Amino acid sequence: MKTILYIIQKEFKQIFRNKGMLPIIFVLPLLQLVILSNAATFEVKNIKFGYIDNDHTSTSRALVEKFNASTYFNVLTDFPSEALASSSMLKGEVDVLLQIPHYFERDLQKEKQNSLGVTINAIDGAAAGVENVYVTQILQSFNQNIKASLLQVSDKQIQPIAIETIPLFWYNKTLNYKTFMVPGILVLLVTMITLFLSGMNIVREKEIGTLEQINVTPIKKSQFIIGKLFPFWVIGMGLLTVGLILAKVIFNVPMIGSLPLLYFYTSIYILVILGIGLFISNFTDTQQQAMFIAWFFTVIFILMSGLFTPIESMPKWAQTLTEFNPIRYFVEVMRMVMLKGSGFMDILPQLLKTLLYAIIMNGLAVWSYKKTT
Amino acid sequence: MKRFIGFIKKEFYHIFRDRRSLFILFGMPIAQIMLFGFAITNEINNVDIAVLDHSKDATTKEIINKISASKYFSINQFIDREADIETIFKKGKVKAVLNFQKDFSKKLIKDHKATIQIITDATDPNTANTVSNYVNAILQQYQKGLNKDITITYQIVPQTRMVYNPELKSVYMFVPGVMTIILMLVSAMMTSISITREKELGTMEILLVSPIKPIQVIVGKVFPYIFLSIINAIVIVVLSIFIFKMPVQGSLFLLAMESILFIISALALGILISTISATQQTAMMISLMGLMLPVILLSGFIFPISSMPLPLQLISNIIPAKWFIIILKGIMLKGVGLQYLWKETLILIGMTIFFIGLSVKKYKIRLE
Repeated sequence: MKTILYIIQKEFKQIFRNKGMLPIIFVLPLLQLVILSNAATFEVKNIKFGYIDNDHTSTSRALVEKFNASTYFNVLTDFPSEALASSSMLKGEVDVLLQIPHYFERDLQKEKQNSLGVTINAIDGAAAGVENVYVTQILQSFNQNIKASLLQVSDKQIQPIAIETIPLFWYNKTLNYKTFMVPGILVLLVTMITLFLSGMNIVREKEIGTLEQINVTPIKKSQFIIGKLFPFWVIGMGLLTVGLILAKVIFNVPMIGSLPLLYFYTSIYILVILGIGLFISNFTDTQQQAMFIAWFFTVIFILMSGLFTPIESMPKWAQTLTEFNPIRYFVEVMRMVMLKGSGFMDILPQLLKTLLYAIIMNGLAVWSYKKTT
Repeated sequence: MKRFIGFIKKEFYHIFRDRRSLFILFGMPIAQIMLFGFAITNEINNVDIAVLDHSKDATTKEIINKISASKYFSINQFIDREADIETIFKKGKVKAVLNFQKDFSKKLIKDHKATIQIITDATDPNTANTVSNYVNAILQQYQKGLNKDITITYQIVPQTRMVYNPELKSVYMFVPGVMTIILMLVSAMMTSISITREKELGTMEILLVSPIKPIQVIVGKVFPYIFLSIINAIVIVVLSIFIFKMPVQGSLFLLAMESILFIISALALGILISTISATQQTAMMISLMGLMLPVILLSGFIFPISSMPLPLQLISNIIPAKWFIIILKGIMLKGVGLQYLWKETLILIGMTIFFIGLSVKKYKIRLE
């Protein structure tokens, strides 16, 4: 025990001695949490909207006015020609384009039906889908208005059947993205810091040659590993604490569930990450190699965690792969406990899998760590 | 010059000797692009929905069938009480519950109106909103069928064209993004680490007292990495064309030139990082912790920049990856040339010059 305490002391000293690293470990992640959480939104607003009005009647003007009044669209310009409009689309200045044909109003009154062209930049397919929904909604309400104003006595109206839908958004009435993203990004920062630091730490001793010196001391393998990794576990928990405080103070993210439960889960989760870090350092010779491998897995873990894009939309084989992704479980637990108040029994599957992961990973790491003599 | 070429040769040997690092450098990006190209999508598919049906009559059954037939939803749970909703939401698998009111069919016939509640777990606002919209669209269709004997008057019907990506493939959105992220991070990390390493091990001193000029030392160190990154870029482009069927509507030559420009700008950023870090650890943490999240979040790779708060939209302009993604999408999907992309290209050139200039200024011959 005493030996371990000495090693822990040495590690802490080394971490806090390095003035260049301190801001990177503590300030940079939290700064990113505060700033970048605002960027992670799938909302579609400020849509760049242009139109070509070939009709110039009160109806066509009223239609454009409808788009102008909507909060989603920024009405840009009335393009005099198709050519100018499509060139503007190529430049990326316009994403949704409305083409109002000649005799639009006249035909509408005569035929009681009319069509107009809508062109949508679909490179971002999901956003294009949402833009299409918005356009349809505006046209529907416009249709209601003209019906009311143009309906003649001769038009007999039978009352159509209507199925009314009432959307209810639980746990997040205002559809605020930040409450969803802040816990997720916090997970990411805690993970990245603990993984990178632990992954590089032992390799560094190898590279500098000091590992040899430790190997000839009477320190046992387990003492050395525990002493090495414990400081990073503390740093991870510390980051989580400060991050949760920032989430509450700055973003007002709800904390419905039990805080001790969250800490209990995190304490196990960080062990998984430290195990992975140690495992990486055992199989690499230089910090550069260790870093690249850590980066490789981090990018995969991040993008396959359901943090930014939904897991259930992935193909089946990819969903199976995410079962091996620790970040996935932490993101789920964090969001469930904080936002929905899920309890111990609700997160039990994630908890058990994480625990199993921690045992296997650390077992492998300790087993593969050799005190070469 | 001869000395300089000799130095470059040495650097090449240095890199190619380390088989394991080479494998990591080439194998990993390939693995990533394969994985992400197939797996990542921001569409909504197969969302788990539960049903709370208070009527259980012919109409509600028909509506449930319609919804479960769509590829967006899978209905696999029927609950009997309002109280169960909270329980299943807390488990986290089911994302929405459809709540049909009592006497649904009777109400439709008698009052011409009946109500469905779409209750969503809105902790994920995007899924919640999309589920609401899709269920609505399906119900609208169903309603049309019920009303087909009634002539609808005064209707404006939109004729919608989806341009540049008519099939709405999300691969078109993600492949350019993944390519950008890989090139950016790999290039910046490699250079920052390899230069800092010389500093940390003390060999930089030796290089600086040699007759090779400091600028030559830097160029010589970076040169092999330019070469490696270009090979990486070629592999990624070939994969995206043949495996993900990414079109290249525009000029391949322009694509190559722009990629080289972007690689050089990322390497220059790496050099800049190495001038401000004393140890490899610092260099790595800056390139990883400092670059990874901003590049993923502010480049338009996943989240639309135009929806972000204004300050962040302004900050996104200093992310080189943002401009390169615009260029890639422009050449590959829109098929435009320089006359449409000159602005983005100039910005990248400007950034590269700025990074290099700053590095040269900061580059201290004497190491503290």
